[in-house]
Amino acid sequence: MSELRLMKGNEALAEAAIRAGVDAYYGYPITPQSEVMEYLMKANPEKTTGMVVLQAESEVASINMVYGAAGAGKMAMTSSSSPGVSLMQEGISYIAGAELPCVVVNVVRGGPGLGTIQPSQADYFQTVKGGGHGDYKLITLAPASVQEMADFMKLAFDLAFKYRNPAMILSDGAIGQMMEKVELFDPVPRRTDEKVAEQCPWATTGRKRGTQKRVITSLRLVASVQEEFNIKLQNKYKEIQEKEVRSEMLQCDDAEFVIVAYGSSARTSMKAVQIAREHGLKVGLLRPQTLWPFPSKQIETLINNGVKGFLSVEMSAGQMVEDVKLAANGGAKVEHYGRMGGVIASPSDIYEALKKFAK
Amino acid sequence: MELEDIIKDENIVFKKTKLLNDKPLSYCPGCGHGTVHRILMETIEELGIDEETIGIAPVGCAVMAYEFMEIDMQEAAHGRAPALATGIKRVYPNKYVFTYQGDGDLAAIGTAETMHCCNRGENILIIFINNGIYGMTGGQMAPTTLEGAKTSTSPYGRDVSTMGYPIRITELIAQLPAVRYVTRQSVHTPAAVRKAKAAIRKAFEYQSEGKQGTCFIEFLSNCNSGWKMTPAQANKWMEENTFKYYVPGDIKDNFKLLKNPIIE
Ligand SMILES: Cc1ncc(C[n+]2csc(CCOP(=O)(O)OP(=O)(O)O)c2C)c(N)n1
Ligand code: SF4
Ligand SMILES: [Mg+2]
Repeated sequence: MSELRLMKGNEALAEAAIRAGVDAYYGYPITPQSEVMEYLMKANPEKTTGMVVLQAESEVASINMVYGAAGAGKMAMTSSSSPGVSLMQEGISYIAGAELPCVVVNVVRGGPGLGTIQPSQADYFQTVKGGGHGDYKLITLAPASVQEMADFMKLAFDLAFKYRNPAMILSDGAIGQMMEKVELFDPVPRRTDEKVAEQCPWATTGRKRGTQKRVITSLRLVASVQEEFNIKLQNKYKEIQEKEVRSEMLQCDDAEFVIVAYGSSARTSMKAVQIAREHGLKVGLLRPQTLWPFPSKQIETLINNGVKGFLSVEMSAGQMVEDVKLAANGGAKVEHYGRMGGVIASPSDIYEALKKFAK
Repeated sequence: MELEDIIKDENIVFKKTKLLNDKPLSYCPGCGHGTVHRILMETIEELGIDEETIGIAPVGCAVMAYEFMEIDMQEAAHGRAPALATGIKRVYPNKYVFTYQGDGDLAAIGTAETMHCCNRGENILIIFINNGIYGMTGGQMAPTTLEGAKTSTSPYGRDVSTMGYPIRITELIAQLPAVRYVTRQSVHTPAAVRKAKAAIRKAFEYQSEGKQGTCFIEFLSNCNSGWKMTPAQANKWMEENTFKYYVPGDIKDNFKLLKNPIIE
């Protein structure tokens, strides 16, 4: 039964994982996302749905446990925060290279290095521009509410399995820690082993005699074979770019200027739009819900509708702004405004930046 | 007489396991990897568990083990095989899972994954090929390389004062309470091969009981290319040197530590 609850973002995500029929969670504690594993351990879904919850010895181990379970066709996930996700980059690249569906959650904190435990959005580049080695893409969902922490859990798995591709939920410390009302979706039963075999004929579940063996690997020693695979990946990415962009627009219909912001920044920006409107500035908000694929078409359309400039508001030195610039392609002015190191820009800060930008 | 008339069940005294295909192995002639591949696949076939077995290949000379082994397999990043195995075994507790790892893979870059997998007592089999060298990358020093041994990254011999001692990781692993069976074997003589095969069989039989408890089999192996010896020389050298530091035999059985000159 769908159910209304007051929860932290991290807890809502964990509860949604159980309800989505996830088979396994492998993780390692780190602030500000430790509640995910704590919630799962307490809920003990092994007794109810049969979901495995295991505390690994490191993020290196967790992501490779995910590789193993995903390679066997199961719904496997892990969650961490920035330093831990850095450790996972090797595994993520291998997972992309082996085309395994799984979900990785990053509740981002300020960096570089050990940085701060306060919220940040400085892992955008790491997430959407690679992070690990090789030409690969992560389907990246950016929740801006506790509700989306829950809903994107299921969506991330749906997309991951649809495209046999890893998906990332790129959240931040504020969304992970804040408490909000959330409507939890009805539980979906975990897939049976028969269903897994049917849905994932490529999965290594034991080779039946008289059938072809299955191999999960990212190794393709012959250059032409590797290139052929790279082309296949790029075609898949193209299809995802065409079909899976998700974004929300707020007061963009008559807007002359548009803020582009995701996650926590979208929430403070929403308030800034309201202040700007009260002062007669025609401002709207474009909130990407998928960071890759990026809503480039939406930006193009806004330019065609007369938008003169985009202000990318991020809790970083300016990372997404590069994608906004690429999408605008010289058709509008693009600038960045943001705070770093775990500091959240207030709506009035953003409004001041907007005023300057709109001059 | 036609060939088919000769090849009849009653005339066959030896046949290659169906779980190894006919592709030429990528190993150097005389290398222990190929022999271990064979007895591993033979045992899985004899036990009839091939339909329920998932193997993990390492990064090392055995990186393409899945090219030769006719079972479902996953290829891990360097050192991460025990984590993959854990991930699989936890969601398929009734399947058989093994990892196949070299000494660089298991005792250097993957030490943490190996130790913690064993410490949790994952009900899997770890096959550890200790050839005292990084075979695949061209003969660099491994964590297991013997004191004084020359490799491309210890050209004057391994100096333990700066390079550390050759690690007896198998003895370390035997100390972990959740580890069920630890043995050190070799495949350099027919007698050794028979013993080694019995060890593999025992490990899978333990695994079939579905209980916690990792099984760990070390194979002292040669790397004739890396050691720059003929296969026969390499085997002799191994007996005369390696066996003194890494003493062959059972170290732990059914959770009980056995007499071991190194531990004692
Ligand atoms: C992360 C990473 N570092 C380094 C390498 C290069 N590399 C490939 S195999 C290998 C050593 C393998 O040695 P070992 O595990 O002893 O296996 P062997 O070839 O001797 O059987 C190294 C260092 C790699 N593939 N990945
Ligand atoms: S390099 Fe050494 S370990 Fe590798 S196949 Fe050749 S002999 Fe075997
Ligand atoms: Mg080696």
